[in-house]
Amino acid sequence: MAYLTDRKRAQGLGSAKSGTDHHYETQLTSAALVILIPLFVFTFGTILGQPYEIILVYYAQPFPALVAALTILVSMIHFRQGVQVLLEDYTRGETRHWGIMAAICVCYALAAAGLFALARLAL
Amino acid sequence: MADVNRGDRPLSPHITIYRPQITSMSSILTRITGNALIVAAVLVVWWLLAAASGPDAFAAADLVLTSWFGDLVLALSLWALWYHTLAGLRHLYWDMGRGLELRTAERLGWACIVGATVLTVLSVAYFWLLT
Repeated sequence: MAYLTDRKRAQGLGSAKSGTDHHYETQLTSAALVILIPLFVFTFGTILGQPYEIILVYYAQPFPALVAALTILVSMIHFRQGVQVLLEDYTRGETRHWGIMAAICVCYALAAAGLFALARLAL
Repeated sequence: MADVNRGDRPLSPHITIYRPQITSMSSILTRITGNALIVAAVLVVWWLLAAASGPDAFAAADLVLTSWFGDLVLALSLWALWYHTLAGLRHLYWDMGRGLELRTAERLGWACIVGATVLTVLSVAYFWLLT
């Protein structure tokens, strides 16, 4: 490191080096969620509070099951993007490093759990 | 030297030094609602997982989600969800390079808050009438 000049060490590390993909991913998932969220709210919202047997029959149907699966998957990718920026803005150092990893792992775990549950309900 | 302050630079944004405005407040609210929605996500996934596990597990999850406290959390989450959705639409509109004039941006901020409230009242009323 001591042999590098400051300029050489900073080269290619500018603020605009990366981040476009992150923005695009967030934009893509948000556009998908504009469609998915109302569908999920009105499928999940109408079935919540119903008896167990009705829930089983309801989520064995393709439409509500697919809406729920897509909403969980896409919203968790979207959440992963958002929570990363939150932690990058307000934390630093070790907290930032491990916090982002932990938050992303929570997103993956929730997506996996949701998809597993829906697969089991549907099949 | 470039690395004098490495790892200890000021964090943005410096919320406390600015006078509150509808544009900044609606932006902060987007972040708060988005991150707070993890609570609703956990509840919904728990409920689905419980339904997939069997009647006993479902009864426990359903009891929590349909209790008055569950209703409260879900109703607030619904406001957060509608707000975040409208704010997301606003962001997509801004990303197209439109609606960035100050007056328009301010109106869009109020539209998100009022719109989310209206949508929440309508959807809660709809679910209420259904049961």
